[in-house]
Amino acid sequence: MKKEKEKEEGKTVPLGGVITKAGSAADYFTGGWRKLRPVVDKGKCTNCLICWVMCPDSAVIVEDGKLVGFDLEHCKGCGICAVECPDKVKAIKMEEEAG
Amino acid sequence: MEPATKTKKQVGLTGNSAVAYAMKQIDPDVCAAYPITPSTQIVEDFSSYYADGKVGTELITVESEHSAMSACIGAAAAGARVMTTTSSQGLALMWEMLYVASGLRLPVVMTVVNRALSAPISIQCDHSDSMGARDSGWIQIYSETVQEAYDNLFQALRVAEDARVLTPAMVCMDGFITSHAIENIALLDDSEVKDFIGEYRPKRSLLDVDNPITLGAMTLQDSYMDFKHEQSKAIAGAKAVVAEVGKEFGERFGRSYGLMECYRLEDAEAVVIVLNSAAGTTKVAIDRLRDKGTKVGLLKPRLFRPFPHEEIASALAGTKAVCVLDRADSMSGFGGPLFSEVRSALYGRKGCPPVIGRIFGLGGRDYTVEHAFGVFGELYDILEKGKVEKPFGYLKP
Repeated sequence: MKKEKEKEEGKTVPLGGVITKAGSAADYFTGGWRKLRPVVDKGKCTNCLICWVMCPDSAVIVEDGKLVGFDLEHCKGCGICAVECPDKVKAIKMEEEAG
Repeated sequence: MEPATKTKKQVGLTGNSAVAYAMKQIDPDVCAAYPITPSTQIVEDFSSYYADGKVGTELITVESEHSAMSACIGAAAAGARVMTTTSSQGLALMWEMLYVASGLRLPVVMTVVNRALSAPISIQCDHSDSMGARDSGWIQIYSETVQEAYDNLFQALRVAEDARVLTPAMVCMDGFITSHAIENIALLDDSEVKDFIGEYRPKRSLLDVDNPITLGAMTLQDSYMDFKHEQSKAIAGAKAVVAEVGKEFGERFGRSYGLMECYRLEDAEAVVIVLNSAAGTTKVAIDRLRDKGTKVGLLKPRLFRPFPHEEIASALAGTKAVCVLDRADSMSGFGGPLFSEVRSALYGRKGCPPVIGRIFGLGGRDYTVEHAFGVFGELYDILEKGKVEKPFGYLKP
């Protein structure tokens, strides 16, 4: 019944496309867009966390004040983290996903 | 529609001054506008009301019409009652934002003083500006006279803000012909306006930090079409609300409004369909032809979006020949926008009369009683010959 009604009237969607749930962007996995993957050399990393500040997708995972990795479900591979990593450190490299 | 017989508070105003006065009476929360001929005086008059402290409105002076509509959208998203005005290139510059206002279902109300579009440049009247925006998801109400432009603004606000509609609306009137002509009109009392429009209490606001929302999020293949379907149903439903509000306006103030005006149409054989001020000229021609015993009439759509296709087709039942006059050419090669809509509304109906389309009055080209005689003459030619030789063309000067 519900399916039939849906077919006839279309799905019910919130008026004007409003999203009333905060943080719902996390439900959308932008990781599928990625062509380059960030890889961190923990031997060089100073945990300055500039990458965490600059990441537009909140995909830098930090635990106890230390960079522990990347959330690859949301990382689009933009490479901002690798660029922003200080010149004297350069602990993050972008590698080809298909490489 | 009944004639405007109520003489209470009669005052001589131009179309622009009447609209600015209506805006003063409405006293919207926010007005963001950029002056452009021929609607400039609306912004000028309203700025004076603002400077004199006669309105509580936040007046945002912007650097372009694109910004004007953007500011209106932002303010409306914050839950404000928002109004603006523009013409011609100004409306064209608002284009992409028009769709944002309607898609986000924000009830912005805008007066459009109709003017031709460049090139070549013209500041005179035609309907290419608002007709170009006919698919933008805005309600469009057209006004023949200053009185109608004034009355329509209050009604447009009620319709746009109605919870069943929540869709922006534009009220159109002819540049210079209506906007700059002084007409004796009946004004409403401020208290009557306040009672009629009521308070605007939106269900959601971007400034409500306890109930945060996201506006303008991306939609993909699984949902975009559903939003558009909902929007389409909402604007179609606005038709009933326009009729309801027009009736209530009549009950309160003595001037009723429907979806269209039928002038001497009941037994008419030959009918002209036209929007805005040219309807008045056509009525004069009809009266003179009727005096000679010719059965001619007029159908003046008031509501163009949503298009009242059933009502118009029903009103034309029994007519023998119809000419749709368009003050805009859609450059489609086959008729102006109103012509296409009317013909499409009649298609498949039993006894559908022949319908011709004529483009007239572009860039302010005069439309006189003689022109109307010529159009009715063409319709009677069709009736005599029993065939349409030229379904679409430009009206001869």
